[in-house]
Amino acid sequence: MIKAILIFNNHGKPRVSKFYQPYSEDTRQQIIRETFHLVSKRDENVCNFLGGLLIGGSDNKLIYRHYATLYFVFCVDSSESELAILDLMQVFVETLDKCFENVCELDLISHVDKVHNILAEMVMGGMVLETNMNEIVTQIDAQNKLEKSEAGLAGAPAHRDAYIFSN
Amino acid sequence: MMVVPSLKLQDLIEEIRGAKTQAQEREVIQKECAHIRASFRDGDPLDRHRQLAKLLYVHMLGYPAHFGQMECLKLIASSRFTDKRVGYLGAMLLLDERQDAHLLITNSIKNDLSQGIQAVQGLALCTLSTMGSAEMCRDLATEVEKLLLLPSSYVRKKAILTAVHMIRKVPELSNIFLPPCAQLLHERHHGILLGTVTLITELCERSPAALKHFRKVVPQLVQILRTLVTTGYSTEHSISGVSDPFLQVQILRLLRILGRNHEESSETMNDLLAQVATNTDTSRNAGNAVLFETVLTIMDIRSVPGLRVLAVNILGRFLLNNDKNIRYVALTSLLRMVQSDHSAVQRHRPTVVECLRDPDASLSRRALELSLALVNSSNVRAMTQELQSFLESCPPDLRADCASGILLAAERFAPTKRWHIDTILRVLTTAGTYVRDDAVANLTQLIAGAQELHAYSVRCLYSALAEDISQQPLVQVAAWCIGEYGDLLLEGSCEETEPLQVEEEEVLALLEKVLQSHMSLPATRGYALTALMKLSTRLRGGSDRIRQVVSIFGSCLDVELQQRAVEYNTLFRKYDHMRAAILEKMPLVERGGPQVDGEAEESKETQCSETALVSTESQASKLLDLLDLLDGTTEDAQPSPSLDPSPRGTLVHLLDLPCAPPPPPSIPDLRAFEREGLQLSLSFVRPPGTPALLLITVTATNTSGADVTHFICQAAVPKSFQLQLQAPSGNTVPAQGGLPVTQLLRILNPNKAPLRLKLRLTYNHFGRSVQEIFEVNNLPVETWQ
Repeated sequence: MIKAILIFNNHGKPRVSKFYQPYSEDTRQQIIRETFHLVSKRDENVCNFLGGLLIGGSDNKLIYRHYATLYFVFCVDSSESELAILDLMQVFVETLDKCFENVCELDLISHVDKVHNILAEMVMGGMVLETNMNEIVTQIDAQNKLEKSEAGLAGAPAHRDAYIFSN
Repeated sequence: MMVVPSLKLQDLIEEIRGAKTQAQEREVIQKECAHIRASFRDGDPLDRHRQLAKLLYVHMLGYPAHFGQMECLKLIASSRFTDKRVGYLGAMLLLDERQDAHLLITNSIKNDLSQGIQAVQGLALCTLSTMGSAEMCRDLATEVEKLLLLPSSYVRKKAILTAVHMIRKVPELSNIFLPPCAQLLHERHHGILLGTVTLITELCERSPAALKHFRKVVPQLVQILRTLVTTGYSTEHSISGVSDPFLQVQILRLLRILGRNHEESSETMNDLLAQVATNTDTSRNAGNAVLFETVLTIMDIRSVPGLRVLAVNILGRFLLNNDKNIRYVALTSLLRMVQSDHSAVQRHRPTVVECLRDPDASLSRRALELSLALVNSSNVRAMTQELQSFLESCPPDLRADCASGILLAAERFAPTKRWHIDTILRVLTTAGTYVRDDAVANLTQLIAGAQELHAYSVRCLYSALAEDISQQPLVQVAAWCIGEYGDLLLEGSCEETEPLQVEEEEVLALLEKVLQSHMSLPATRGYALTALMKLSTRLRGGSDRIRQVVSIFGSCLDVELQQRAVEYNTLFRKYDHMRAAILEKMPLVERGGPQVDGEAEESKETQCSETALVSTESQASKLLDLLDLLDGTTEDAQPSPSLDPSPRGTLVHLLDLPCAPPPPPSIPDLRAFEREGLQLSLSFVRPPGTPALLLITVTATNTSGADVTHFICQAAVPKSFQLQLQAPSGNTVPAQGGLPVTQLLRILNPNKAPLRLKLRLTYNHFGRSVQEIFEVNNLPVETWQ
């Protein structure tokens, strides 16, 4: 299972942090710090995997990619395929790109909640939910529409029937 | 007071980014949090979601946000999707099962699960699967079950993964979620299939009964996989031309679990696995992900031998791939099968060893683990050589593992004892600070047990120590050896090493250097000090020098060293006659016993001397009968006390060296015997506090040109006395004033009768065997009065 998904910048500042197991606040921050410390030490032409670390000992791995100013890190246990997670990361980034139109760090900073919503359509409870980019984007669009319509009808209850989507 | 309006989320983010220092950032955030709190209390409910969004943002940066928990509940309970969205996100970030508040959202989730808007249902399921506690899962299991068979695939796929989470929290819920699986497997939607395969995998891993049950879906799984593999390029779920690699990987994992140890299932999979293994496009990562999973599955089930060979060869090829990720996964996979398919993996040993030299630390770490697993009795020399060179240059965080790995391998597969000693020595020299604590004990144990290698070991260690006294484990072992086998070090010749001429002064100087070095740990100093003491009986001269050094440490700040020094000092001063016996060569220590150190040495000496004592005692009593001397001369006709008091008790008493008692009056030594260069002298001590006790040390020296061998000294005393002889320090008195043989006699004289002592000597000298019996004359009165 996926234990955590972290995005932080080249200075270690967290941009997105999602944990799929209960950790205390302190532990979460510590995980972020240590992950950054480990990942930032790596050279440019090494593999994308790091093994045996804080959150759970030798069973866990870090799978990471460095995109411009951001590190994307997936902390997984031994049941996940490393190469498959790399692909998952790629799908995630491409989906972000689609939703934000040429995503950059500023987008992630300013719309952190949207990133969480996108992530929630891909990974749930630490397990891979959906990898089809189109499906994900369709869902996100529908939800955003729902929000927009509510903002327009501030105070009025949303009409149920209009929003049941066929699949 | 001016009311500063609260910021919009965007503006807040801008301000935080604008802060130049941590303190500034904190200030901005604290101010804003105060606003948020106020707004939660009495602000506009429609605005609440924006306030919480801000709070979640600062929470991500590490600031406390627990006061937002109740707001999450309120937002979730709202009817607006906008509110629920932020509320549920907040619940996932701020609430966890360790806080009671989390239970309060159970009802809201329940409501949201059963109302019709799938976006809302999705939110509820997502939250439940992230932070749902066991209690919540129990409450909501039936709701989730209902959702499994709804028409909406969006909700269904989320419900399935929620079910997995629930089973992890409450295993009994497997009963509810097992039945729907078979039907779900018929769905075509990839999201549903992915979730279902995950669910089935979870069920099978938890229960052998479920595993058995699901074996019947193997054909169906094979079919799904075959369809994915043979379908042409499809836009829907393909990545780099591979159809839904995630689903393929997941199915392969499930097949692995189902086929393990099961002939029939394995057979059903064989063809398909072969097909995937040979046809998958490996030019892109997605194909490789599938291929690796296939290889792992092939190796784990009961596959045909041809297929296994194919799999291992695929891995071997991947070890040579340019892509480091591929090499990493190949090493990991090989590690997984090194136990079950050892010989197959062995074939790739050279490539694995190559990977040790990779600059990428992740790769070299994996290569190290695999290399250590591949060491066996036939390759141990070559592998150890490779691992030693790796040890010399590897990154520091791998040193400890590498060092202990080499030592372990050496222990298991050492071809000869000498190779073993050499290997440990080299590890200690290269990476001494990284070895585990028991390495020292293990090495001393090893050396002690290899008598033929004592000279060799002590020379190697001496040379190593002379070069570098900084590596503590090495210094400790070297000090111990030099102490034990110092005589062999000075002897000059040993076939196995270069001739090494070492002078006594050099040895003492080196040990002194260790003692004084700031790099030496207290434990190391302890070793060195004890070694020096031992050398005082093994070297010819140097006693005074040693004594000086020892007395310096009598005022050392370290309590352990101080105690040793004081005890050793006392040994010099008042118990000099016992010094040789106490500092004898160590008997072989039991494997796995307590750490060998000074204290343990002394107690082991005790035990060793005890056993020797018992045998000499019976000799002494026999001798008395034989010689039939000195009967009933005393007036007090008291029955003589038993001749065998318990050795243990008396010896403990003997070795109970007090710290600073008043010095007893010294009794002059006595020259008791002289013949052709062999001299016997007696020295006497009467310890204070035990007036009946007399300790005699018999010292035999040899100034002649020929060794005295097979030397045995026996003694007899009048019946009212009790006599005990300890084992002598040796049986050979070397020529030309070599190391004397000493022996301790212990005489109890409760009646204060005048002492009379007869000695019987047997030995070989100048090619003849000699026996001498005589009474010792001119015994000083102080010995008995």
